[in-house]
Amino acid sequence: MDAFRRTSGRGVRARFDAPEAVLLRSLIEQVVDLLTDPDAPPPGTPGTHAAPETPGPSGTPAPTGPAGAIGPAGESLDPGTPGVPTVADLEAMLGMSGTGQAPEDPALARLLPDAYRDDPDAAGEFRRFTEQSLRSAKQESARIVLDTLPADGGPVKLSGEQAQSWLRALNDVRLALGVRLGVTEEFEEQWQELDPVDPRSAAFEVYAWLGGVQESLVQALT
Amino acid sequence: MSVAPSEVELPESGERTKPDKPWLTIVWNDPINLMDYVTYVFQTVFNYSKPKATKLMLDVHHKGKAVVAAGARESMEHNVEVLHGYGLWATVSSDS
Repeated sequence: MDAFRRTSGRGVRARFDAPEAVLLRSLIEQVVDLLTDPDAPPPGTPGTHAAPETPGPSGTPAPTGPAGAIGPAGESLDPGTPGVPTVADLEAMLGMSGTGQAPEDPALARLLPDAYRDDPDAAGEFRRFTEQSLRSAKQESARIVLDTLPADGGPVKLSGEQAQSWLRALNDVRLALGVRLGVTEEFEEQWQELDPVDPRSAAFEVYAWLGGVQESLVQALT
Repeated sequence: MSVAPSEVELPESGERTKPDKPWLTIVWNDPINLMDYVTYVFQTVFNYSKPKATKLMLDVHHKGKAVVAAGARESMEHNVEVLHGYGLWATVSSDS
């Protein structure tokens, strides 16, 4: 990999070898999967930050994903009162969902942390109002990486805005992998103590590499 | 560090209100986020100078947490939402 460098404008550029691109894309895709809420409204629903599909008549269902709050009425609405959405429908339209509970998976919980430390009620309410849009925003950042990183490696050129998406997505991958590996402040020592044939050793190497990529991007932006 | 007034006239409802109490945005230390990255996020999100952002980052790193902003509850919640977008471990807290 050639480290990130600032371009003449406000953008940055770098170059990834093919195996690096394959690896990074795979990790980013895993984070997208991790962030996918099975109960969530499909992308494009108000309250999400997903990029709009190609313009079409309103009410046209997205080509992928299940029919949701904005899709054709009927499935999720009370059949007895056509046109009158339930509270759950309205909450889905506003990007609110879920029980307000922190995710059980520790990696996902680290990506979507509680906003109040000692106030479960406030944390739950905040989560109900914001978690869906946070998931969508993180998935959108991840998609921007996938859109700008050639699958077989090569040059990567980013605008200032795309570089911000890369920073956030790289950090999300590091957070998820770091939680899975149980890294501490003594990360180097943890790594050195592993047997080189231990599969975790390779994962620590990937984690260290990701840190280097992110560091080079931060340096290029400052 | 403030001292409560000796006599407080309570509202009719008897509920103690704290209209002037500021709320805080707190960032907690974690072993994963890189120091340069955290500094960069403080500069970007709060428009802080590099020295101020660096000092706050070091406070997070050495003291375990730092107050990075204070003000109305709504704006602290907005801060936390943005910081969660960047993957920082941030919380809202009342200044008490």
